[in-house]
Amino acid sequence: MSPRRTAAAPTAARGRTRARSRSGPAAQAAHRRDLLREMVRIRQFEERCVELYSSGEVRGFVHLCIGEEAVSAGVLGALGPEDAVVSTYREHGHALARGIPAESVFAEMLGRVTGCSRGRGGSMHLFDVSRRFYGGHGIVAGGLPVAAGLALADRIRGQEQVTCCLFGDGALAEGEFHETANLAALWDLPLLLACENNLYAMGTALNREHAQTDLVARAASYGLVAWEVDGMDVLAVERAVARAARAIRDGTGPVFLELRTYRFRAHSMYDPDRYRDKAEVERWKERDPIQVLSTRMRAEDGLDDKALAAVEKEVSEELATALDHARQGGTEPVEDLLRFVYSPAGGSS
Amino acid sequence: MTGGGARRAESMSYREAMREAMREALAADERVFLMGEDVGRYGGAFGVSLGLVEEFGPERVRDTPLSESGFVGAGIGAAIAGLRPIVEIMTVNFSLLALDQILNNAATLLHMSGGQVAVPLVIRMTTGAGRQLAAQHSHSLEAFYAHIPGIRVLAPATVADARWMLAPALADPDPVIVFEHGSLYNGTDNTADDPGPVDLDSAAVRRPGTDVSLVTYGGSLGKALAAAEQLAAQDQVDAEVVDLRSLRPLDDATVIGSVRRTHRAVIVDEGWRSGGLSAEVAARITEQAFYDLDAPVERACGAEVPVPYAAQLEQAALPQVPDIVAAALRAVG
Repeated sequence: MSPRRTAAAPTAARGRTRARSRSGPAAQAAHRRDLLREMVRIRQFEERCVELYSSGEVRGFVHLCIGEEAVSAGVLGALGPEDAVVSTYREHGHALARGIPAESVFAEMLGRVTGCSRGRGGSMHLFDVSRRFYGGHGIVAGGLPVAAGLALADRIRGQEQVTCCLFGDGALAEGEFHETANLAALWDLPLLLACENNLYAMGTALNREHAQTDLVARAASYGLVAWEVDGMDVLAVERAVARAARAIRDGTGPVFLELRTYRFRAHSMYDPDRYRDKAEVERWKERDPIQVLSTRMRAEDGLDDKALAAVEKEVSEELATALDHARQGGTEPVEDLLRFVYSPAGGSS
Repeated sequence: MTGGGARRAESMSYREAMREAMREALAADERVFLMGEDVGRYGGAFGVSLGLVEEFGPERVRDTPLSESGFVGAGIGAAIAGLRPIVEIMTVNFSLLALDQILNNAATLLHMSGGQVAVPLVIRMTTGAGRQLAAQHSHSLEAFYAHIPGIRVLAPATVADARWMLAPALADPDPVIVFEHGSLYNGTDNTADDPGPVDLDSAAVRRPGTDVSLVTYGGSLGKALAAAEQLAAQDQVDAEVVDLRSLRPLDDATVIGSVRRTHRAVIVDEGWRSGGLSAEVAARITEQAFYDLDAPVERACGAEVPVPYAAQLEQAALPQVPDIVAAALRAVG
C-alpha cells in the first residue's frame, strides 16, 4: 500500500479570508508587498533582539528565526483568526505574523508586565489567547498533544476551525510527535502539523539523528496527507498552508507539511555554531527568503531599490517605536509572584 | 439507569460511587467527556467506567491508544478549548509517561502565560499496592504530584468522597488529579445523601481521639482506623485518625489542630519514606506545632523497595496495622 502523499500544490490555493482581495494583478502585488514587509519586519525584530541580548537588556535563551521568515509569514498569513496556533521556542516570527504587537513581544522579552505573557514567559513562551496563540513551548514536541486536544475540541463541537501546530525536525525523534500523529489520523482531527525543518535539532544534523530522513514518508505512514514545501519561498508556503487548511476544513483529515528551511544564525544566543560548515550556511543564504520574494517582485511587480528601502525604513521606525514603548512598560511587583499559579476562582493554594 | 435524579442514601462500592459520579457529570454537562485506555468497550481496566460507553456513546467515553503523553496532552488542549475532560490513566506508574504534559503544560501554562491559559482538566488514576501486581503497577507516587504547584491532588479514601469529590473537581478551573487506591474499589459503604457542595481543601477527622493523631490518606485510611480500634481495645490508647483527602493543598489547620489536642503524631503513608508526603507532613508539624509535641513525630511508610510480587514480600513492603500500632505506642511512650 503506498502512503497517502501528494506532490506540491498544483494550484494557487488562497487563504479564504484574503481570497477576494487578491483577485487582480494589483491586488496580488499588494499582497506580496505585505508578505515582504512581514518578513522584513521579522528579520529586523530578530536583529534588534541580537542587540538587546548583547547589551544585556534581554536574558535567558533567545532563539532567532533569521532565515526562516518565509515559514512565519507564509504559515500564519494563510490561517484565519478563528484558527488556533501552537508554537515552539523559536516563535518570535510566528507571534509577530499572528498579529501579536511587536511592542508586546519586546516587552515580554524585557520581562515587563506589559509583555504578552506578563513577563512570566520570556522569549520562549509568548502567549496571546485573544489571538488563539497558545505558546511558545520550550519542550520539543510538548505542544503537539496539546494542539491535538484543541483540534479534538473543535472536532467534538463540529467547529470548522484548524489548529496549526508548528514544530521542528527534532520533534520527529520524540514520542509525542508519533503519539500525536497517530491520534490525529485515528480521530480525524482538524490539525495541521507544520514541521519547520531547518535541518538541525540544536546542533545535531538531521541525518545524525534520524535513521529515516524522509519526514514526509514517516508522517504519511500514519495516514496523514503529507507533502514537502520549499520553506524559503513564502508564496509556496502560503499556497501549501492555504490548501492544507482548506482540505482540513473540508473534512479530509489532518495534514503534515514539511517546510524546508534553514536558520542563518546559531541555535540560540549561547551557541558558538561549531557544528555547521560555513559554506553550507553561505549556500543557504543564497536562498534567503526575503531575496527570493524580492527578486520575484522586481521581475513581476516592478519592485525597485527605493520601494524596498521604504519598506525597510517603515519597519525600522515601527520597531523603534515599539521598543521605546516596551521599555516604558512597568514590572510586575514581586508581591504578585504567586499570582496565576491557580485561577482566582479556584481558591487552591 | 440514571436513577431519575434521586439522591437518596444508598450502599454502593467505591467503584460504583466513582462511576455514578462520572455518569452524573456526563449527564449534567455536555462539555464533560471521559477518555483513556480501555475506558469504553472494555469498561475500564478496573471496571470503573463499565456501561458508560453504552449510555453516552464512544465520542464522550473515548477509548484511546496506549499513548499516555498524547491523550493527557489532548485532554489539556481540549480543556483549554473549553471542554471539561476526565482523563483516566490506568495506574500511577504509567502516568510517568505523561509527566511532561502534567508538569510542563497542565500545571504550568496558566502562570507561564500570565494568567491567560487555564486548564480545567481532571485526571483520575489508580495507585497503590496490595494486589500482587508487582513493581510496575503498584507504587504510590502521589508525592511526585503533590510536589507540583499549579495542580490539586485529591485522594478520596471513602465511598462518599469517591461519589462526591468529582463534581467540584470538574468545577475547578485548574487541573485536578484524583488518586484512587486500587484496594478501595470493592469496599462498600453508604454514600449518604447529596452533601451539597463538597470542599476539596479540607482534611477530615475520621475518628476523634485524645492520645495520638494518626495522619493518613487513601488506601491507608482503613489500616489507620483498624489500628485505632486495636489501640483502644488492647492498649487504652485513644487515637484520632485524620484523613488528608487533599494532598495538595495540604490542610495544615486540621492536622495541626489535631496534633495540638493529642500532642503526638504518627504519619501513615504507603509511599516511600524518603522525600515523600510523610516527610512533608512531619515537617509542617514540626514547623507549626513543635512546642505542642510530647514525642518525636513517628512514621509508618512503605519500605524503600520496588513493590515485589510474592504476597508475603509485598505485604512486608507496606505499612500494616501492627506497624501503625507500634509507632503509636512509641509516640505515647
